[in-house]
Amino acid sequence: MKTKLIQNAAGRWVPEVVNGRETTPFKGVEKYKPTAKKYGPAISSCADFPADGNKLVSSLKAALVKAGLTDGMTISTHHHFRNGDLIANQVFDIAKTLGVKDLVWFPSASFPCHEHLIPYLEDGTIHHIEGSMNGPLGKFASEGKMKGMAVLRSHGGRYQAIQDGEVKIDIAVIAAPTADFFGNATGDRGEAACGLLGFALADSQYAEKVIVATDNLVPFPCVPWQIQGNYVDYVVQVEKIGIPEKIVSGTTRITKSPDRLYIARLTAEFCEATGLIYDGFSFQVGAGGTSLSIGLYFQDILRKTGRKARFIRAGSNKYAVKMLEEGLTDYILDGQTFDLEGVRSMRENANHVNTSPFTSYNYHGKGNFAQLVDVVILGATEVDLNFNANVVTHSDGYMLHGIGGWQNCLFSKCVILPVPLFRDRIPVVVDEVTTLCGPGELIDVIVTERGIAINPKRTDLIDKAKRTNLPVKTIQELKEEAERICGKPERPTLSDKIIGVVKWVDGTVIDSIKQVEINDKT
Amino acid sequence: MKGSSGKRGDVVRADCFVEVTSQSGSPNKIVLKSKVKALFGKSIEELVQKMLAFYELNGVEVLVEDSGALSFALAARLEHAFQKYSGSSKQFIFNLLPENQYTIPGNRYRRSRLYIPGNNPKMMINAGIYGSDAIILDLEDSVSPEKKEEARILVRNALCLIDFKGAERMVRINQLPAGLTDLEYIVPCNVHTVLIPKCELPEQVIQVAEKIQQISVSRNPVFLMPIIESALGVENAYQIATASPNIVSLAIGLEDYTADLGVQRTTPATESFYARSRIVNAAHAAGIQPIDSVFSDFENDEKVLNAAHESKAMGFAGMGCIHPVQVEWVNRGFSPSEKEIKKAQKIVLAFEKAKKEGRAVVAIGSKMVDLPVVKRALKTVNDALAFGLIEKRWRVSYEN
Repeated sequence: MKTKLIQNAAGRWVPEVVNGRETTPFKGVEKYKPTAKKYGPAISSCADFPADGNKLVSSLKAALVKAGLTDGMTISTHHHFRNGDLIANQVFDIAKTLGVKDLVWFPSASFPCHEHLIPYLEDGTIHHIEGSMNGPLGKFASEGKMKGMAVLRSHGGRYQAIQDGEVKIDIAVIAAPTADFFGNATGDRGEAACGLLGFALADSQYAEKVIVATDNLVPFPCVPWQIQGNYVDYVVQVEKIGIPEKIVSGTTRITKSPDRLYIARLTAEFCEATGLIYDGFSFQVGAGGTSLSIGLYFQDILRKTGRKARFIRAGSNKYAVKMLEEGLTDYILDGQTFDLEGVRSMRENANHVNTSPFTSYNYHGKGNFAQLVDVVILGATEVDLNFNANVVTHSDGYMLHGIGGWQNCLFSKCVILPVPLFRDRIPVVVDEVTTLCGPGELIDVIVTERGIAINPKRTDLIDKAKRTNLPVKTIQELKEEAERICGKPERPTLSDKIIGVVKWVDGTVIDSIKQVEINDKT
Repeated sequence: MKGSSGKRGDVVRADCFVEVTSQSGSPNKIVLKSKVKALFGKSIEELVQKMLAFYELNGVEVLVEDSGALSFALAARLEHAFQKYSGSSKQFIFNLLPENQYTIPGNRYRRSRLYIPGNNPKMMINAGIYGSDAIILDLEDSVSPEKKEEARILVRNALCLIDFKGAERMVRINQLPAGLTDLEYIVPCNVHTVLIPKCELPEQVIQVAEKIQQISVSRNPVFLMPIIESALGVENAYQIATASPNIVSLAIGLEDYTADLGVQRTTPATESFYARSRIVNAAHAAGIQPIDSVFSDFENDEKVLNAAHESKAMGFAGMGCIHPVQVEWVNRGFSPSEKEIKKAQKIVLAFEKAKKEGRAVVAIGSKMVDLPVVKRALKTVNDALAFGLIEKRWRVSYEN
């Protein structure tokens, strides 16, 4: 069946129906405001739960059976353990042995370790995945092998979709580094401590059934609790919920690449020269090597000028923790911890605050924290002449990355994308992005090793930058330089079949992703 | 029959591996494995076809394992593989980019010179962005013996097709006689300065200069920079420095020099104090720039800066960089400080005022300023202008 397409406000053709559900095409930034009531799960009654508060069941399988696992259900899990996750794979191993079919997996993100699930996508245990598709799963879906359409959402968009009732979670399985029998759970301690459990918050509140799995069961009460046991149906004790050494992401190292260091320094110089780094400012940097280096340059500037930040929105790591402990920032408002120092600090320091996509990113909140951040540093696989950016597909059409909080962060006061002008031979600054993830009107500055392009609508930044020695160029000039060096890329051949959609933060469809033609095996 | 060139494997980036094998009787076949195939597959195949025709090859299979190489690297690997396969010595030369046709004056400042290994295309691509005064494409120590031929071709292509953003375009050739063959590849491609390694005798310089004269078709001279790396070289420093009018600077290489002496290279560098002083003196006597060795620590910015300060204080005009992060610190170390510039500007203004008023004595307040001090101040101001540290119209904005 051919999907019917309509053109959205960004000029992109998107399907009207996704996985059998009608969708709304993108209307423009902050144009779409649904008016219905928020979704709610069925009312629960204490009478249905153990009087002594002990919700322990014997195994994950038993819990899933009790939760009523059946064909077509939507199952959610969370990526707090990143590539060290052991629970999501087990959930679907169990579904397979129970002969359950056509499940929808609704993870907050997927990682290469979830390649394990590909056979289940092939045999029909899993119908499709709604969530960031990384590496092998993305490749699988890009080649048209997944039955349903991939639905990519930002972290905030995931919360929004749950609140809208667009995604109704039947069973949420929350892997918790520490929990009690009542279901109170925390991520800041235990063998597999990962910091916080914010990505599971919406799931705990809105899923019909909630299972907490832990390898560190403590006597009631588990304090502090990040997930409230009052939302939890069953608690399962397992041998191991995650591989600690893989929980800490491999990207949390300062880059040694001279090109990236150069881009990082140029970014920091730009921020300082245009007055973005003032006493009491706030910023957010990602976990990549370049972003981390920018954080270090910010530190240097603050130290030298005697200023400090009011807060860092994080992804925390040892560098952010050092800033907090050195007094270079008052607070860390943390969405996920990237290393053990981050975990320790969150546990010990009251000014290292755990947050969730609700506080930080959700479009259906009455405001969110991301909007309040002065400077946010993000990445991109492509940026085009209109400053539109792509984070999910490569220029050859393969869907290989998730959105994470990227779209949500675009609402910060100044959005800077430090990117190389080209990666190997592939230009990053292009005529038109392969997949639109972020509208150019929200993206302010592109910093490359060969010059800085400022969005023409930011006349304030352009004026300030003019008075400096910074290498400011137009985005057109950058694109031409990339093509002079790399050659003009050919158009990759993509099929007409749509294998996934990218949602905007408000739940509308901003773009669709086409199947990649595989014309040879090389 | 077989001919291969380049690098393959998972860790290789911005390079490629080419292998030509005989398929006699069949038409030419191209097997392209490339991670950028969807975007550049056609243009890569076109290049291979064009070069197959140039080398008049028929009945061959060309395997290209590409890791995102730019054209200059692809063509270099293809050329080398085709030459090996066919025994041809024809060169497939690109036109020099318009932005690569600039010349530089012989007395140009040479604070920092960034070494780029001659067989590493990835490091060449962005070499120009770090702001070093010169870029050295190195054919000597950073290229293993079995890779010398392919590096020579790669360096030639880089000189033609990579924009080094106004840096002085240097090549360190191999020791003679191999270095003389290197010249055949690089001299026609607007190389500004040739570095002669392990120079011990003036005759070596003369040999290089003569060879360049034979090859060069340009009116602009190719400058020479002999590198002294042995005790004998140090003894002959002045003779070497004056062996050709095209010599613009004299450098010292301390790794080899200390090895020649059989001592360790240390941070205080007392073991090479004499040699370095000798080079400084010989170069100044010959009216050229003395250039210091490379500094091997690139993890510590402060150490690099200190080394540059010390080197400048000894009389050197610049030093080598083995990593792009050193460039900024070396440039800074060899540039006058803000305080020095301010002071020099004051002296220059006083000097100009005295000249205008027809006075022979320069004075600031009641203090007399000696002429050598004036001379040094003029140099400081000129340097500051050249390095972009002050504006051309600094006299207007100068505040006391």
